[in-house]
Amino acid sequence: MSLTQTSTGRAIRLEGISKTWGDTRALHDVSIDIPAGSFTALLGPSGCGKSTLLRIVSGLEQASGGRVLIGGQDVSQMPADKRELSMVFQSYALFPHLSVAENITFGLRTRKVPRDERAKRLDRVADLLGLGDYLSRKPAELSGGQQQRVALGRAVIAERPVCLMDEPLSNLDAKLRQTMRTELRALQRELGFTMIYVTHDQVEAITMADQVVLMNGGKVEQAASPRALYERPATPFAARFIGTPPMNVIPATALGEAGAKLQAQAGRRLLAGLRPEALHPCADSALRLSVTGAEYLGADALVQGRLGVAQVVLRAPGHALPAPGETIPLALAPRDLHLFDAETGGRIPPSDPASLLVQAGIPAGPTGAAAPFIQHEDH
Amino acid sequence: MQKRQWIHGWLLVLPAMVFLLLFTHVPALTTIWNSFFSTPRGRRPSRFVGLDNYDRLFDDPVFWKVLGNNLWFALGTIPVSIALAIVMALFVNRAFTGRSLVRMAYFTPTVLPLIAVANIWLFFYTPGFGLIDQLLGAMGFGQTNLLGSPDTALAAIMAVTIWKEAGFFMIFYLAALQSIPPQLTEAARIEGADGWTIFRRVTFPLLMPTTLFVSINAVINSFRLVDHIFILTNGGPDNASSLLLFYIYETSFRYWDTAYGATLTVVMLALLCLLAIGQFFFFDRKVHYK
Ligand SMILES: Nc1ncnc2c1ncn2[C@@H]1O[C@H](COP(=O)(O)OP(=O)(O)OP(=O)(O)O)[C@@H](O)[C@H]1O
Ligand SMILES: [Mg+2]
Repeated sequence: MSLTQTSTGRAIRLEGISKTWGDTRALHDVSIDIPAGSFTALLGPSGCGKSTLLRIVSGLEQASGGRVLIGGQDVSQMPADKRELSMVFQSYALFPHLSVAENITFGLRTRKVPRDERAKRLDRVADLLGLGDYLSRKPAELSGGQQQRVALGRAVIAERPVCLMDEPLSNLDAKLRQTMRTELRALQRELGFTMIYVTHDQVEAITMADQVVLMNGGKVEQAASPRALYERPATPFAARFIGTPPMNVIPATALGEAGAKLQAQAGRRLLAGLRPEALHPCADSALRLSVTGAEYLGADALVQGRLGVAQVVLRAPGHALPAPGETIPLALAPRDLHLFDAETGGRIPPSDPASLLVQAGIPAGPTGAAAPFIQHEDH
Repeated sequence: MQKRQWIHGWLLVLPAMVFLLLFTHVPALTTIWNSFFSTPRGRRPSRFVGLDNYDRLFDDPVFWKVLGNNLWFALGTIPVSIALAIVMALFVNRAFTGRSLVRMAYFTPTVLPLIAVANIWLFFYTPGFGLIDQLLGAMGFGQTNLLGSPDTALAAIMAVTIWKEAGFFMIFYLAALQSIPPQLTEAARIEGADGWTIFRRVTFPLLMPTTLFVSINAVINSFRLVDHIFILTNGGPDNASSLLLFYIYETSFRYWDTAYGATLTVVMLALLCLLAIGQFFFFDRKVHYK
């Protein structure tokens, strides 16, 4: 069923947003482009400024600098209630004294939507979210998941072109979170609004979003599709943040001869990034891992070891666990080697790593497996 | 074992119960008992008179006068002081410099003893020299005697009471406001509610438990607070500013008509009980408890 024929998402553009509170600098020159009708996740560790950015978009907080554009219009000075957006809070922020129906239609009442129109829309939203049986209950008489749906209902009933969500699933248990992820994504596609979704959970961001904005310390580390974020991380931080277990980021010299050559070619010190799933045991290689431990996970295992002096982890099949003390030769496909400038942290496209690695005696093996949660399609 | 626990429990409650009985319940019952007897005078001991005292009460114009006064007093002071308390609490609940100073200033009238408060206001009200007359005089108006004229004496007393009570109630509202999560107002704002709508549909309903508590206290206080009458008007002129409790005091301890005093007290107790019960039932439908 379609709830909205009229409303479609609006593009959002953030230009050089900064925010300071006295001496603390929460956001620093953040610029993001969010296409109309897309699902954008703001991802990052705790305290990196995700909520602050979302509140600046909503108008609940004023930026110290920069501009917010919604649908091409500069709304930086516009109060929250004029920006035509809805918001789901982490704590849901349901009105405890109002029934579910009153909570959902709160915004329609403040905007003077006639009574029969309100009832019609409430019916549809209650249907869509499966809340029909709870409309007369108070929020305190609902489970966490039901409360969450009420908050969603309040956000979507007004059919606003933009919806903001601040960690809406973080209070739910793992199983419910999984279901709600799918439902939320489906709802967003169906209604077609532009979504900005704050989360600190990389799985949530990567499974739901069209675009992931990875933030760190008040700055944007990388804004890209989930796939690009995984396959071409722009910084060592992005490389370590996405993927479980995280990418091994080690000094290039730990790769032996090949690393030395790469550095000589680039003319500066480099960091090499190797995904645990990109390293494969093989018959013979110049790249040799001395195993220090292993963690059996069933289908596969995580093997810890050392390349030169650097600690690395690799994902190996669960049936052939190496013992500590063993040395295993490793294959590495050139396209799975990520290089970063050791000083600036910028990504460096390797000039011709294929020949370099082979010359140095590192076979290619199969190219790196994707993280288990990303569907791999050919391109 | 069961029985020992039972005894233990009662022993623990005993001290509190003894005091409650001794100083609250026994006197209350004695009062009711006394209201059926006549006042002992000289060598004439008190004797059982049945409902005579209550008959007299119904025919006593002063009783009806002070009861009416008390009604006006309650109607005049309670809504105003509650409204004032909410406005002040909303005001000092925001962040601004000197906030704690303003909070303290609002609370000062509550900290002061009522006698001191009355003295301050006596200075305001003094005909000719008082602050009010000085201000009026500067503007070219004549002299007033707010406490001395029957038309204004009660209103003058009410002003003092509001001034004193509003700050006290503000503290409760401030505490209640601070327990409302700020996300609720933010959510309402996102949903297009302006300041007044947020107050009417979110803040005020969430303050209902506090309003219930405060209004019961206010009703009780409106029957209980008489200290300032002693200083300001002594109930006069012509009982214009006398309240029920003040009349009880006068009857019992100035004219020593203890039996009639007891009768008046019984009526007042019954009235207070009814009001408290009524308020609970009235508000119960409208109050959302968390
Ligand atoms: N009102 C405020 N006053 C001062 N500093 C603040 C305020 N709000 C947030 N900050 C600071 O701004 C930074 C970013 O906060 P923000 O709430 O945006 O983080 P976040 O990314 O949402 O974190 P989390 O994932 O824990 O919710 C933090 O360092 C925080 O201490
Ligand atoms: Mg946050």
